[in-house]
Amino acid sequence: MNRIIKYVFYDILRTRFIIFYTALLLVSTFAMFQLDSDPNKVVMSLLNVVLMVVPLVSIVFTTIHFYNSYEFIELMLAQPINRRVIFIGEYLAVAMSLCMAFAVGVGIPLGIYGVSATGMSLLFCGIILTLVFVSLAFLAAVLTRDKAKAIGIALLFWFYFSLIYDGFLLWFVYAFADYPLEKITLGLISLNPVDLARVIMLLQLDISALMGYTGAFYRQFFGSSFGIIFSTLILFLWVIIPFFIALRIFSKKDL
Amino acid sequence: MKSGHQCMKALKIIFLSCFVAITAYGSTITVSKQGKIKSIKQAISQAKPGDTLYITSGTYKEGNIIIEKSLTLIGENFPVLDGDHKVEIFTIHAHYVTISGLKFINTGIASINDLAAIKVLDSKWLRITNNRFVNTFFAIHFSNSSHSWIVGNQLQSDAKAEHQIGNGIHLWKCDHITVDNNIVKGHRDGIYFEFVTNSLITGNYSKGNMRYGLHFMFSHNNEYRNNTFVENGAGVAVMYTTGVKMINNTFEHNWGSSAYGLLLKDIRDSFVSGNRFLQNSVGILMEGSSRIQFDNNTFSENGYAIKLQASCDDNNFKRNNFSSNTFDLATNGSLVLNSVNGNYWDKYEGYDLNKDSVGDIPHHPVSMYSMVVEQMPAAVLLWRSFLVLLMDKAEKAIPVMTPQNLKDESPAMKPYDLNTKSQ
Repeated sequence: MNRIIKYVFYDILRTRFIIFYTALLLVSTFAMFQLDSDPNKVVMSLLNVVLMVVPLVSIVFTTIHFYNSYEFIELMLAQPINRRVIFIGEYLAVAMSLCMAFAVGVGIPLGIYGVSATGMSLLFCGIILTLVFVSLAFLAAVLTRDKAKAIGIALLFWFYFSLIYDGFLLWFVYAFADYPLEKITLGLISLNPVDLARVIMLLQLDISALMGYTGAFYRQFFGSSFGIIFSTLILFLWVIIPFFIALRIFSKKDL
Repeated sequence: MKSGHQCMKALKIIFLSCFVAITAYGSTITVSKQGKIKSIKQAISQAKPGDTLYITSGTYKEGNIIIEKSLTLIGENFPVLDGDHKVEIFTIHAHYVTISGLKFINTGIASINDLAAIKVLDSKWLRITNNRFVNTFFAIHFSNSSHSWIVGNQLQSDAKAEHQIGNGIHLWKCDHITVDNNIVKGHRDGIYFEFVTNSLITGNYSKGNMRYGLHFMFSHNNEYRNNTFVENGAGVAVMYTTGVKMINNTFEHNWGSSAYGLLLKDIRDSFVSGNRFLQNSVGILMEGSSRIQFDNNTFSENGYAIKLQASCDDNNFKRNNFSSNTFDLATNGSLVLNSVNGNYWDKYEGYDLNKDSVGDIPHHPVSMYSMVVEQMPAAVLLWRSFLVLLMDKAEKAIPVMTPQNLKDESPAMKPYDLNTKSQ
């Protein structure tokens, strides 16, 4: 497995996309820190990057990479190696390189301009979201044989989680405004990793505005150790479940 | 020799306090646990108006002490007056009384009477200076009194619930009072005024009170300068008053579902200038208020900087700095009767072609999503999502929900240099 990870990793480095992605994050984060003196505002701007750019890059890059290395995978499968090992190796290599790109690109400026609790949770959210969307991309890739279709599915995932789901949530809150919605919306938020990451960050950045009746409830929940464990666990489930579904499909698939 | 020294010291204080100048020839009585006169009550009964009572350190448990003569009471090393959780300590009903350097502890708690460490009734020309109050129900309670100074006192209580505790400095129907440099912590309302007029409130520090740091009603023409209100249960609430001047105060970290930096209800013809509103759930909430001038204030890191209800009119916001607030301005109607021209908004996205440091296109400070949250509090969950960002941008381009006319015609490109601390 280590060997597979190594080869895939070299392959990813050779395309130079990861280096470009790292440089982009690095330059934009540095630029934000230089433009704005308030570190909290920088974290807020970075939040937009984490919630939109990171998932998009992760999911598109992973899907394209999977199809580009289709021949390599086929070659590997001709060897006496377990399919699971190949798949897990592919996954780990891609996930690690994307996570490293994010950690270096955002982590280094954060470290230079002062490490804060909000900065750390931003890093955490970014890495988890990268993992979630890499999993989803693998799922999209194994669902179909056609590259264009797979990219379509991947983009649909991204659209769904960053836009469509929120639209649905807003409609839901609007339609049932007369009812106590706190617990239900909490459950609905858990069904979207992007929303969950956003709420975790929100509670650190915009605490005072959230202090309405609803806000107080969320703050109490996500501020408690149970809430932190719960949200972390849910995010990890979002990494693991799509990954295992993809793994199952890949193991049985007629390539 | 010793009594001569004490006499000199007492005389010096008498000399300095011009209030009691007309009785400067009064004699001095020393109250001491070791001396001839052991109790304050005894000393008061012996004293003539104009005398000075010099109270040496020790603990005095004498029940309720009533002062009905013009006396000066001065404590040495903060002698302790203990109410034993039962009684009111001083009840003053005389002009020209000075209370200084005493420590009051453990007054009684009652739900019918307002038991206080110092209660003043129908009196004038009093000085309550440099005293300490620990675990008092009400600390300083004035009613129907005037021309007095409450300066440099330290008040500290640690009640668990609102009904177990009274107000720190409680003034009812007073006139011409100076409240200066007091520190009030852990009471119900730090400073409470009702029907108090023409008074000056400066340099006080009100922190961690159960309800409001400052609370007043029907208290016209008072001036509040350089006070600090921090971490009070519901911030500061002021009501039904005209002619308020609030200058260079700090309202900080009043957090909670019903906490406000400053709540203005039915306030008219007033000035709010040079104040700093930092990290409050709501910086200013305004309801039914008119003709107030807001200038040179700083709003930073608040949830809502200003919640301006549609029942307010003719208010003018000018030269204020808004930065890092979640929502700068929120309102609940579309009728606009207030002016918000010439402020600095960090969310302004316009440009300045002629370089006069005034933005060329108007700024709409009301974000659409603040209107949505106003109607559906649960929707706050979607704040900062991509969807909301898109909706806000669309609303900025073509206003539908937000009041179209509520805009800053001349937004500043750079924050104003408001050096409020040095003024």
